[in-house]
Amino acid sequence: MLIGRVIGNVVATKKNLKLDGEKLLLVQPLELSGAAKGTPIIAIDRMGAGPKERVLYTQDGRTAQQILGRGTAGVDAAILGVIDEIDFGPPVVTVTQTKTNAHG
Amino acid sequence: MQLGIVRGTLVASRKDERLEGINLLVIQPIKPDGTSTGKTLIATDSMGAGPGERVFWVKSKEASNPFAPIEVPTDATIVGIVDLVHVEA
Repeated sequence: MLIGRVIGNVVATKKNLKLDGEKLLLVQPLELSGAAKGTPIIAIDRMGAGPKERVLYTQDGRTAQQILGRGTAGVDAAILGVIDEIDFGPPVVTVTQTKTNAHG
Repeated sequence: MQLGIVRGTLVASRKDERLEGINLLVIQPIKPDGTSTGKTLIATDSMGAGPGERVFWVKSKEASNPFAPIEVPTDATIVGIVDLVHVEA
């Protein structure tokens, strides 16, 4: 799952039948730091996410179809939740141990 | 499955109901030597892992299997906490 920010929405009267009634949001992918990275994507939203909110989303087709719940559908991204808070430590640079005992 | 290290936690009170009660963790994928590789991601946790721990995780639809019979909508799930990684010299 990835984090992103809602930067808008898409309206399409003519669309795949299984997307009928679905809210389509434009989501800008974010890095952990909050910086924008990559091209905005379109995701279905059942969580009622609003503009500028940070969201947890998936770009896995099968997970998105699970959210849609209409079997096989032309969807590959879905919002899973609205983020309250992310706590994280510094980037990983070292390892604690890599044992080299051949028969370990 | 891939190795990773837990870098943090994510809280979302408004989320899909099937995700209720499941911890969401920030994971940095790592190589066997412990160096970072690839983008950080958010994973559901089926093992009770915490920040700083080395873990391994599954991606895609199989990620919801550990929570069966509930079909949790997740594309990445921690399925093990690593004690040791041994790499042949």
